[in-house]
Amino acid sequence: MDILNHINYWAAIALAAIGLYAVVARANLIKKLIGLSLFQTAVFLLFITVGKITGGTAPILDAAYEVYSNPLPHVLILTAIVVSVSTLAVGLALAIAIKRDYGTVEEDEIHAEDSAAGPDKA
Amino acid sequence: MSAGHLPILQVAIPLIAAPLCVLLRRPGLAWAFTTLVSWALFAISILLLIRVLADGTISYHLGGWAPPFGIEYRLDAVNSFVLLVITGIAAVVTPYARQSVAQEIAAPRHNLFYALYLLALTGLLGITATGDAFNIYVFMEISSLASYVLIALGPSRRARAAAFQYLIMGTIGATFLLIGIGLLYMMTGTLNLADLSVRIHEVPDMRPIYAAFAFVTIGVLIKLALFPLHIWLPNAYTYAPTAVSAFLAASATKVGAYVLLRFVFTLFGQEFSFERMPLMEILMPLSLVAILVGSGVAIFQTNLKRLFAYSSIAQIGYLALGISFASTSGLTGAIVHIFNHAMMKGGIFLALGCIMLRTGSVELSALNGLGRRMPFTMAALVIGGLGLVGVPVTSGFVSKWYLVQAALEADLWPVALLILLGSLLALIYVGRVIEAAYFRTPAPEAPAYREAPWQMLLPTWILIAASLYFGVHTEITVGVAERAAATLLGGAS
Repeated sequence: MDILNHINYWAAIALAAIGLYAVVARANLIKKLIGLSLFQTAVFLLFITVGKITGGTAPILDAAYEVYSNPLPHVLILTAIVVSVSTLAVGLALAIAIKRDYGTVEEDEIHAEDSAAGPDKA
Repeated sequence: MSAGHLPILQVAIPLIAAPLCVLLRRPGLAWAFTTLVSWALFAISILLLIRVLADGTISYHLGGWAPPFGIEYRLDAVNSFVLLVITGIAAVVTPYARQSVAQEIAAPRHNLFYALYLLALTGLLGITATGDAFNIYVFMEISSLASYVLIALGPSRRARAAAFQYLIMGTIGATFLLIGIGLLYMMTGTLNLADLSVRIHEVPDMRPIYAAFAFVTIGVLIKLALFPLHIWLPNAYTYAPTAVSAFLAASATKVGAYVLLRFVFTLFGQEFSFERMPLMEILMPLSLVAILVGSGVAIFQTNLKRLFAYSSIAQIGYLALGISFASTSGLTGAIVHIFNHAMMKGGIFLALGCIMLRTGSVELSALNGLGRRMPFTMAALVIGGLGLVGVPVTSGFVSKWYLVQAALEADLWPVALLILLGSLLALIYVGRVIEAAYFRTPAPEAPAYREAPWQMLLPTWILIAASLYFGVHTEITVGVAERAAATLLGGAS
């Protein structure tokens, strides 16, 4: 089965699509951020999958093993996870500030408040 | 000895300075420190450009680890020129920021503001200096995260909504870039740009490489804000604190253009990007639409920051148009425009900051009769605006000259006509500014505004004067840009 051989890739694609859909289709800012995190996590899965080598073991040098998994993608993703967490933190902080200023975290209500206030008035 | 470490100092100094800045609780102190750092960076970038022009490409190995395993900072004519533009803008905007920031941001937050500003600068410089694909992603996120917060510091609550929108778009763009880099790594096993550009030709017909190209290009175009991926830009520039608008408008999109140049020409190569992949067919119509729509929408704006934000979208169109020709004159035009647009748009936003400081508004109606009250500020705004139109003697003329020449060389005279049409549209929106400032009388109840303080006028005029100077003395900018174009197109560096 071709799909089962590449199950990780399919999972990454599915997660990325679900995440992006949530970002686009949901008006709630928190739900958008959840979608964004899901999308980023899908990319992590893609990277980790690339690092896997069939039959490879953990990259610790030992006379008993010949084939090792590639550790570099893991290291990259460690950095990317930090980036993703920081993005989420900044996003949530902004959502809190928006809730404080507008009294809502629904995008359509924010737009409604903005247009009710007139062009470019605070 | 120490001169050998200049490439890393360019990035390390602001990175270390940012947390130090948080400790400086006195607003004046944080500002003075940031100004000092930005001047030091400007000096370093001048030294680096001189060295690159004299001795060719500089390769710096981080921690002494040889590439492709270690991270390499690789400076050639292209990125040392972009470094000069960014640090130059920072060196002018930072001294200016003091009064503008004092008006728009609460005093206890000033040290945090300057720390974020330095982080944004770190990210932009890092993207430009590095020769490692993953490094580009990390620095892009550093600069983006800092810019989201800087924008959110704007006085209006809409700044927060604009920052959130930018965060969503920007993160999607950066993640697309990450996917592209992951696919490239999967196929070539390397992240070093120079190494990638060699190895990629061993596997050019594999589908992941095509997918990587698409992901990288779209990711960068979001950062560059090319139509139709520009929707985050107008709100972000309109509601950000004015000093931030000036800094980001003059530097962030330029770095986006640089990353596009780097990936399209150095990494994928001209042959792959323009013959196997239809980059010209995609980029050219989009940039023409950007020019016309951006300028067209700008005409109908009443908020000046928003007006010039839409004008930025049009100017980004010119940049992308130059890239899409993939010819020496097209690239020269694009690279010269990186420089010229940074000067003009930086100067314009700084002038808007002066108006904001005195009148408390950047609505077009606030300009009524301001030509007499604030003659120096308004003159700067008008000259900058004429530069956007591309009037001869301004530097905007130089970039458009090369773009039109590139269009004619490629036998695309309708494109040349559309470039001229874009200039006419720009003339209309700049004309509205001139009309309000010089031909309308101020409202009777309007107070007699004084001219802006010299600490703000001087930086504004430095940028405007630079845009005039390099409109007449083109040999420096065009000379460097031609060498950069030759480097990108695979000629001698």
